[in-house]
Amino acid sequence: MPYEWDFSAVFQHFDMLLVGLRNTIEIALVSIVCGIGLGLVLAFMRLSSRRLLKFPATAFIEFYRNTPPIIHFFWFFYALPVLMNISLDPFSAAVLALSTQSGAFYAEVFRGGIVSIESGQWEGCKALGMRHSQAMRRIILPQAVARMMPPFVERSFELTKTTALASTLAYADLLYQAMQVNSETYRPLEVYTTIAVMYLLLLLTASALARVAEHRLTAYGRA
Amino acid sequence: MDYSFDFSLILANYPVLLRGLVVTLELWVPCFVVGLLVGFGLALARLSRHAWLRLPSLGYIELFRDTPVLIQLIWFFYAFPIIAGVQLSPFLAACLGLTLNTSAYCAEIFRGGIQSITRGQWEGARALGMRHSVILRRIILPQVIRRMLPALTNRGIELGKVTSLASVLTVHELMYQGRLLSSTYYRPLEMLSTVALVYFVLIYPGSYLSMRLETRLARRG
Amino acid sequence: MAVPILEVRDLHKSFGNLHVLRGIDLVVEQGERIAIIGGSGSGKSTLLRCLNFMEMPTQGSIILDGKRIGRVRPGKDGAERVVYPEAELCDVRERLGMVFQQFNLFPHMTVLENAMEALVTVKGMKRAEARAHAEAELAKVGLSDKFDVYPSKLSGGQQQRVAIARALAMEPEILLFDEPTSSLDPELVVEVLRVIRALAEEGRTMLLVTHELGFAYHFATKIIFLADGVFHEVGTPDEVLKTPKRERTQAFLARFTEFGF
Repeated sequence: MPYEWDFSAVFQHFDMLLVGLRNTIEIALVSIVCGIGLGLVLAFMRLSSRRLLKFPATAFIEFYRNTPPIIHFFWFFYALPVLMNISLDPFSAAVLALSTQSGAFYAEVFRGGIVSIESGQWEGCKALGMRHSQAMRRIILPQAVARMMPPFVERSFELTKTTALASTLAYADLLYQAMQVNSETYRPLEVYTTIAVMYLLLLLTASALARVAEHRLTAYGRA
Repeated sequence: MDYSFDFSLILANYPVLLRGLVVTLELWVPCFVVGLLVGFGLALARLSRHAWLRLPSLGYIELFRDTPVLIQLIWFFYAFPIIAGVQLSPFLAACLGLTLNTSAYCAEIFRGGIQSITRGQWEGARALGMRHSVILRRIILPQVIRRMLPALTNRGIELGKVTSLASVLTVHELMYQGRLLSSTYYRPLEMLSTVALVYFVLIYPGSYLSMRLETRLARRG
Repeated sequence: MAVPILEVRDLHKSFGNLHVLRGIDLVVEQGERIAIIGGSGSGKSTLLRCLNFMEMPTQGSIILDGKRIGRVRPGKDGAERVVYPEAELCDVRERLGMVFQQFNLFPHMTVLENAMEALVTVKGMKRAEARAHAEAELAKVGLSDKFDVYPSKLSGGQQQRVAIARALAMEPEILLFDEPTSSLDPELVVEVLRVIRALAEEGRTMLLVTHELGFAYHFATKIIFLADGVFHEVGTPDEVLKTPKRERTQAFLARFTEFGF
C-alpha cells in the first residue's frame, strides 16, 4: 500500500519550526563570531616564535580538531559545571562547544592564509624598509584575508550543520523543534523531510552569499 | 576548587568503554570502505555525458553534503522505515546514513581528482600513440590517486568523528557508553574527559599521518 | 677624497654547510655603475641581497656612508659577534632601493598605491605629497596612464617598471637590481633596460646583477665576474668582456658566443 504523504500537520506547526530555524541561525552566528575571535588569538599564538605561546595553542588546536563535536557539547553542559561549580544553560554550553571547535579550525585557516603569502611579498616590504608589523598590516594580511575566504566559508558551513547537535542538549534549534512537532503529529517522515529541506535551503543560501562576497574580495587578482 | 577527582571508576569500567570502541570501529571501517566504492561510482555518474545519470547524482551529492549528518541519521531511523516498510535497527540505520553520507563526499573528491588532470596529459600520451585504457592506467590514475589521497584520508578521519553521532540513535558505540557511565555514576567530568581523550588518541594518529602524507606528496610534485 | 658610499670588507655568507660568499671586498664610489656577472650558484644574488640585509652576513662588515652597519658585541672565544637591530636594518633598506627578478609588487594595490605605500608607511609622508611624488616617478618610467590599474592587468615589462618607480620614489642612495629582466619575455626586456639606462644617465649609483652582457657592456663603469664566491676578475667593460685575462672568465663568456650569428 503506497504511503500517503500528509504535510498538513507539519504546516500547522510551522511556526514552531520557524522558531527552531531562528534559533539555529542565532546560535550559528554567535558561534562564528566567537570562533573568529578565538581563532585569531590562537593563530597568532601559533605563528609566534615563542614556545610559551606556540605550544599551548598547537595543543588546543590539535585537540579540538581531532575530537568529535558531540563530546564537547556534553562536556561543556555536564562536565564543566562540575569542574567550575557553576551551571550552564543549553545555549551557553552549545556556543562554548561550537566556538572552541570552530576556533581551532579557524586558527588553522587564518594561519594557513598568512603562511601562504609567498616570501616575495615579505621581501618587497623589507626592501622598502618596512617593519614587520607594517608589512603584516598593510601587505600580508589584506592578501591573506582574500585567500582565507574559501576555507573559512567551508568551515562556517560545517559549523552551521553542527548546530543540529544542540538538540541533544534540549536547546530549541530546528532539529529539536522538529522532534517536538513529531511528538505531536506522529509524522516523522514529513517532519524530518521538511527540516532537511529547510536546512538545505538555509545552507545553499548562505553559501551563495558567501560566493558573492568572495568574488568581490578577490577582484584584484583576476587578470 | 574543592572537587575530588575519581578516576578509579574508569579503570573499573573500562570494559564498557572498550565494547563501545569496538562498535565505533564496526561503524567506521565498513562505512568508509563501502562509502569509497559507492562514491567512486557516483563520481563517474556525475561526470557522465548522460543527463539522466549526471543530474540525480548531483542532487544526491548536494543533498548529503548540504544537510547535517545528524538529520540524515535520524531520517534513516525514523522516516525511512515508513516509506520502506521495514524498521531498521539503530545500528543499520546509522550504517546506512554514514555510508551514504561518506559516499557523497568521496564522490566529490574523486570527481575533483579526475578532472584535475590537465588535458595536456591526455594529449601528450595520445600523441605518443597510447590507447585510452593504457593512458588511464599508466598516466592518469597514478596521478589521480596521489592527489586524492590526502582528501580521502581526511574524509576517513571525519567519519571517525561522526560515528559518535550514532549515539543519538542509541547505538552502543563509544560516545553512548561514555554517556551511560557518566549518568550511571554521576561523574560526568571524569567520564566525558576520558572519552574525549580516547577519541583524540584514536583520531589524532590518522590526522598526523594524513598531514605527513600531504607534505610528502607535495614535495614530490 | 670623498668617503665611498658603500664598502664591503671580507664578506662571507653560508647557508648551512654551503659556503656561498668566501670573502668579498668591494668599494663603491658615488655615481659608479657596477655590473656583476657569473654563472648560477656563483653568489651574485646573495652578494646583492647581503648589501641591504635581505640575507644576514655570516661574517664581515658592510659600511654605508662611512658607518658600519650593525653593533659589535664580544662573542665566544674572543671572536666578534654582530647584532643587527631591526630599526637599523629598516633604515638601511630605506636608503637602498632594490628591484627584484619577480617584481614583488603588491597585487591588492593599484600601481599608484604600490609606489606610494612605503612613502606613507615608512617615510611618514602625507598622502597628498606621497601621491604627487609617486605620480612623478611613474611618469618617468612611462606609466602615467596606468595609475589606477592593478598589477595583474599589466605585462611583465610594465610591472617591472612599476617596481623600479616604487624603488625610486624612496629616493635611495644606491639602487640594487637583482636580475631585473630574467623573468621577462624577450620583447619586454628592452623597455626595462631603457629605463635603467635613463637612470644611468642621471648619474645614480647602481649595482646590477644580470645575464644581459651586451647591456652590461654599455651600462657599467665596472664589471665584476664572480665565481666560487669570490671576485674572479674585475675591470672596465672593455677589459672584462672584450679582453678577459683569466681562463674561467673566457670560458664563461665563450658560452654566450657559441650560438651567435
